[in-house]
Amino acid sequence: MSVHNGVVRSAYHPPAWKAVDAVAVEARAAALGTRSIKKAAKLQGLLLAVSMIDLTTLEGSDTPGKVRDLCAKAMRPLPGRSDIPSTGAVCVYPPLVAVAKEALAGSGVKVAAVATYFPSGQGDLAMKLEEVRRTVEAGADEIDMVIDRRAFLMGDYAKVFDEIAATVEACGPAHLKVILETGELQTYDKVRFASQLAIDAGAHFIKTSTGKVQPAATLPVTLVMLEVIREHYFKTGKMVGMKPAGGIRTAKDALKYLVMVNETLGDAWMSPDWFRLGASVLLNDILMQLEKERLGAYDSLRYHTLG
Amino acid sequence: MATKKQTPKTTAAPAAGWKYEPALESTDHVRFEKRYGHFIDGKFTAAKSYFGAINPATEEQLAEFGQGSAAEVDTAVKSARRGYEKYWSKTPPSERAKYLYRIARLLQEHARELAILETMNGGKPIKESRDVDLPLAAAHFFYYAGWADKLQYAFGGAQVAPLGVAGQVIPWNFPLLMAAWKIAPALACGNTVVLKAAETTPLTAMKLAEIFQEADLPPGVVNFVNGDGRTGAALVNHPDINKVAFTGSTEVGRAIQKQLAGTGKRLTLELGGKGANIIFDDAALDQAIEGIISGIFFNQGHVCCAGSRLLVQESIHDEVVRRLTHRLSTLRVGNPLDKNTDVGAINSRAQLDKIEAYLGYGVEDGAVRHSAPCPLPGRGFFVAPTFFTGVAPAHRIAADEIFGPVLSVMTFRTPEEAVAKANATPYGLSAGIWTDKGSKLFAVASQLKAGVIWGNSFNRFDATSPFGGFKESGFGREGGRQGLLPYLEVRG
Repeated sequence: MSVHNGVVRSAYHPPAWKAVDAVAVEARAAALGTRSIKKAAKLQGLLLAVSMIDLTTLEGSDTPGKVRDLCAKAMRPLPGRSDIPSTGAVCVYPPLVAVAKEALAGSGVKVAAVATYFPSGQGDLAMKLEEVRRTVEAGADEIDMVIDRRAFLMGDYAKVFDEIAATVEACGPAHLKVILETGELQTYDKVRFASQLAIDAGAHFIKTSTGKVQPAATLPVTLVMLEVIREHYFKTGKMVGMKPAGGIRTAKDALKYLVMVNETLGDAWMSPDWFRLGASVLLNDILMQLEKERLGAYDSLRYHTLG
Repeated sequence: MATKKQTPKTTAAPAAGWKYEPALESTDHVRFEKRYGHFIDGKFTAAKSYFGAINPATEEQLAEFGQGSAAEVDTAVKSARRGYEKYWSKTPPSERAKYLYRIARLLQEHARELAILETMNGGKPIKESRDVDLPLAAAHFFYYAGWADKLQYAFGGAQVAPLGVAGQVIPWNFPLLMAAWKIAPALACGNTVVLKAAETTPLTAMKLAEIFQEADLPPGVVNFVNGDGRTGAALVNHPDINKVAFTGSTEVGRAIQKQLAGTGKRLTLELGGKGANIIFDDAALDQAIEGIISGIFFNQGHVCCAGSRLLVQESIHDEVVRRLTHRLSTLRVGNPLDKNTDVGAINSRAQLDKIEAYLGYGVEDGAVRHSAPCPLPGRGFFVAPTFFTGVAPAHRIAADEIFGPVLSVMTFRTPEEAVAKANATPYGLSAGIWTDKGSKLFAVASQLKAGVIWGNSFNRFDATSPFGGFKESGFGREGGRQGLLPYLEVRG
């Protein structure tokens, strides 16, 4: 660490820009999307996808009642079907962490909370860190932070890095997912760079989007991020998790993401410990597919609970 | 009375180890005859003797095909001459275009069946015949249909005329696509055709003949004779052929050129290759890896323009090898009819023997072999996709065209050395350049002696783009406006 003009700067050297070829990465993502996942593989994939969902509600209108409903759904997505696993986590705003923690007590479903002036990240670092500490104290197992895109787009990568590193520290025992908000970074080159920067700063997971900006998660963006995770693993032997979030609405989409992780990173990442899907309506679409596998026909959405 | 709130019962995530189920393309609806002779004068005709063609993934016989004799070749050429004089030379160009458009649309309509048959007879993965061979074959007919009535604008306003009867001999690696590459420009320019498909892969040509019947193409405009190299020799040496187009090995191409010397027949040859795929240290590396993989493992490496020599800048050699090793481990080798198969069956026993011999030479000459750890099916012709490191330009695997999924990895230090190494081959068909720097890409491309150069991509094809070789990779171009020239007399 060093001090310049009263601002603390780490000795961190930003990673070299490494190019991503947009045409080729989109072609590869599309090619992986043509994998044909049938029968037992489909069933297992869908169950796995359920276990990887961060079941999310991030609305100004969220209340304890809404969050309790969501937690019940997360723990037992389809009452009566004990073969369907719980979701990976429930993801809420900080003031609702305590409610979720109580509702999920003993279930193994994690409580995730967004923090650091989510979704814009336009805020003072000290207050961001304070929010993180209090959220972890309230019971959050996982913190989903946003990077400072203002600093990133201004080229102040050291500031982005320092903020992530400080947030990792503030998280204490909680895991940190770093949201790049790829829809605002726009180019694959920048997504790649930001991914490496977040990993170098200590992120446990890198995550595409807040869900508040379009485009949110896409397959090619996810592929670029998975490739950075793979390169980091090749270099250091250390695993980093991945979470695409926003816009993943159908079981078919979820399977495409699973195929991509499976063929880019391999088996070790095929668990909720290393891969999550940030989504809300996705769960019901998967449940509908799982019921279709059981019943042989699609049932109506009216048989599925909200949320 | 209220019960006490219970801790909810939950279910843990399923265990890891996700395996794809077989996803076999159904073959129920495909139909083909047990025996085909030839297709002459718009009709399927009997042959004097027959040979069997197999499915290389199962080694089971699919059907029998005529072994075209000199007399049968003569009948076919006579039919083509009649077709030329009686019908095709009298068909207005705009009407020729309509036939070609109709054929293109019928190829699309029958695409599923044709893709399955191409895979059954050739061994290539269904995803490739479905997503590459069939769409491109239709695209060639669509593209040349558009030229048929605009030929006088193709070469600076020069008057052009058809040549007459074209004798065409095609290889087994892209049976239907090569037939389309040959037939579409020939017909658009007003010629008639006798085509011989490769003896291991004649099936889709027979289905193409059915499409010609369905399109009501006049009799004799396209004729197919089946058979092996002897039939091909009888065709190219037939005195009433005006033009010969051959795609295949350099050895056979050289023999044809000798035989044709002084006969006045026009000739185009699309022969072998040993393409260099050049990876600079500033390339988008993860995408370059995909380009390397598709460059050499697309169609089991049975591609004349395959990127079979990988030239890697020395500073990133280890990084590239690390990634290639990982990517190799994710390739799915097996039943070509499985929609998830990446690498299918080797086309024939003879080709498998050749590839295996070269795998031996690689080790013998001192290179290090890296083969995919995938399980191979118990029957059929399969080989694990392989790359060699520590390859020197003098090694046989670095110099010879293997025509299989075998890649030789070599290094270079500077762009100058990359160009020198890439050009150090008797062949000159294809090359790939991977760099994020556009100026470097164009500077290097302009120095490479290769007919097709891909920038940050490999093995991409388009009907509008000319394809063909330098040096011993042949001469003449197929595709694009340039692809008209071999089938026209330009009168100035």
